[in-house]
Amino acid sequence: MKVPAKLEGTATIEPTTNLASRVRNVLYAYPVIGPVVVMLVATLVFSLLSDRFLSPDNLSLVTQQVMVIGIVGIGQTLIILTAGIDLSVGYIAVFVSIVMANIAVSAGTPGIVALLLALVVGTACGLLNGALVVGLRLPPFIVTLGTMSIFLALSLYISGGAAIRGADMPDLLTWTGSAFQLGNTRVAYGVVVMVVLVVLVSYALQRTAWGRHVYAVGDDIVAARLSGIRTRRVLLSVYAVAGLLYAVGAWALIGRAGAASPQAAATLNLDSISAVVIGGTSLFGGRGLVVGTLLGALIVGIFRNGLALIGVQVLWQEFAVGALIIAAVALDQWIRKGSR
Amino acid sequence: MTPVLEARNITKSYGHVRALQGVDFDVMPGEIVAIIGDNGAGKSTLIKCLSGAETPDSGEILVDGERVQFTGPDSSRQYGIETVYQTLAVSPSLDIASNLFLGRERRKKGILGTVFRMLDSKGMREDASRQLNELGILTVQNMKQPVDTLSGGQRQGVAVARAAAFGSKLAILDEPTAALGVKESGKVLDLIRQIRDRGMAVVLISHNMPQVFEVADRIHIQRLGRRATVVTPQTHSANDAVAIMTGAVQV
Ligand SMILES: Nc1ncnc2c1ncn2[C@@H]1O[C@H](COP(=O)(O)OP(=O)(O)O)[C@@H](O)[C@H]1O
Ligand SMILES: [Mg+2]
Repeated sequence: MKVPAKLEGTATIEPTTNLASRVRNVLYAYPVIGPVVVMLVATLVFSLLSDRFLSPDNLSLVTQQVMVIGIVGIGQTLIILTAGIDLSVGYIAVFVSIVMANIAVSAGTPGIVALLLALVVGTACGLLNGALVVGLRLPPFIVTLGTMSIFLALSLYISGGAAIRGADMPDLLTWTGSAFQLGNTRVAYGVVVMVVLVVLVSYALQRTAWGRHVYAVGDDIVAARLSGIRTRRVLLSVYAVAGLLYAVGAWALIGRAGAASPQAAATLNLDSISAVVIGGTSLFGGRGLVVGTLLGALIVGIFRNGLALIGVQVLWQEFAVGALIIAAVALDQWIRKGSR
Repeated sequence: MTPVLEARNITKSYGHVRALQGVDFDVMPGEIVAIIGDNGAGKSTLIKCLSGAETPDSGEILVDGERVQFTGPDSSRQYGIETVYQTLAVSPSLDIASNLFLGRERRKKGILGTVFRMLDSKGMREDASRQLNELGILTVQNMKQPVDTLSGGQRQGVAVARAAAFGSKLAILDEPTAALGVKESGKVLDLIRQIRDRGMAVVLISHNMPQVFEVADRIHIQRLGRRATVVTPQTHSANDAVAIMTGAVQV
């Protein structure tokens, strides 16, 4: 940028000073404040109500329960940041897990080959969604509603409706479900994979031009195009990366479930969207963080686990998750409206 | 003298709507040219063709007398032409600095930038801050503040500053004061003069006649997809211009 000679500062536009709008501005700029507060409060309350809640075994369980949602939720976050939504995530993960298991078991290839091929297949599934969204200009909701059924059908076709047991697979494919000792807690390797991916994708979103462009596309795609951003390329790349992440999620799914089964992930679609929304990412696109989704997944996990520990019926766990989603969306609306 | 930017016989249709029906246009170095015309006269379409955001159906565009073919909104930038669109084209949830550098982000030097693609966020923030301060647009501003949290006038300021900061030859501004009050309009107008005083030419679309007659060297009057005529504040009054614009007077 060229820097001009000092000019007379006549055209000064004053900054906002109003206190109420400043609070909103802070919430706007830091979307994880909400989820952090909810998680801390929930942790505090459940630890007071149940002494088992903070026990090493229980924490280990909660993290293992959220690792699959956490990993695929990163991909879902990317898509929601572009003002899209992915309803096919669960069945892409299931499809890829079955493909991975089949390559390894039926064809007898080494685990690493099966895993790498599965990552390619996942990326291709994401690219298919992206190509339909970008090429045919169809709404992501419709595209992924369609591909959801397609991937479910393909999963049933390839598997013949039967599960492949983890015990029959190469160790690498179930590695995500095995754990190591950290202090007095057992941590699954899949949880480590999740954390590493959160860090990597956060870096890409916050520290690279690609990340800025993802936000800009979700914010206002016309403005992004007029600013010289290749919006179609950005969208395609987002769906492809999401597909890759779903494939890693499929790997974690095999480890978690101890099998590759067409029935494994019926709730993964809605759970991943819940995690993204509760994590403070706006369904309208352009605002949110991947680490928020990790928090959102943990919050859902903590509520389910905590309520179960204190003996509350399962139906109230669902009730609590529903209330959290509505509260999160309401907060987002308030922040957005207030800032305009 | 050769015009910095010239358009010859531009046509552009959207389906059955013939937005431009053979428009000529030119702006000289260091000149402020205003474009006026009724809603739907084709002002925005014209400047979109001039900036590369739209591809004309036919006609020629010349920069410094050389024929050019713009292939996208970013291709006119290579010639030092910056555009502020009517819709502003800012990204509300990104911060001020990110918006200034949107689509032309700068990476860190060395391996961090080349291999890890890391942005030089600090450097861009400092540059953005210096730019805005020197233009006198934003006083002590937090460059990390999302643009969504700014007022209409402040956003307008950011968009105009982006054009001023990166443009070297020409700034095209589509109704930069439309959403603003009298005071804020005045500030944007000051800014336009500052840009011109730096040696850049300016194309300004505005409905505000007193404003247009105050700053413009020449006034291009657009009517029904054509250039009705070009007048100057010396030869014509605002009333004359409005009469031509509405078709009350034929030229
Ligand atoms: N993207 C578009 N699609 C269809 N019609 C358009 C589009 N952009 C402009 N038009 C039409 O072209 C004509 C000129 O529009 P515009 O250039 O925006 O006028 P102005 O800026 O002078 O108000 C109008 O009739 C408008 O409806
Ligand atoms: Mg217009």
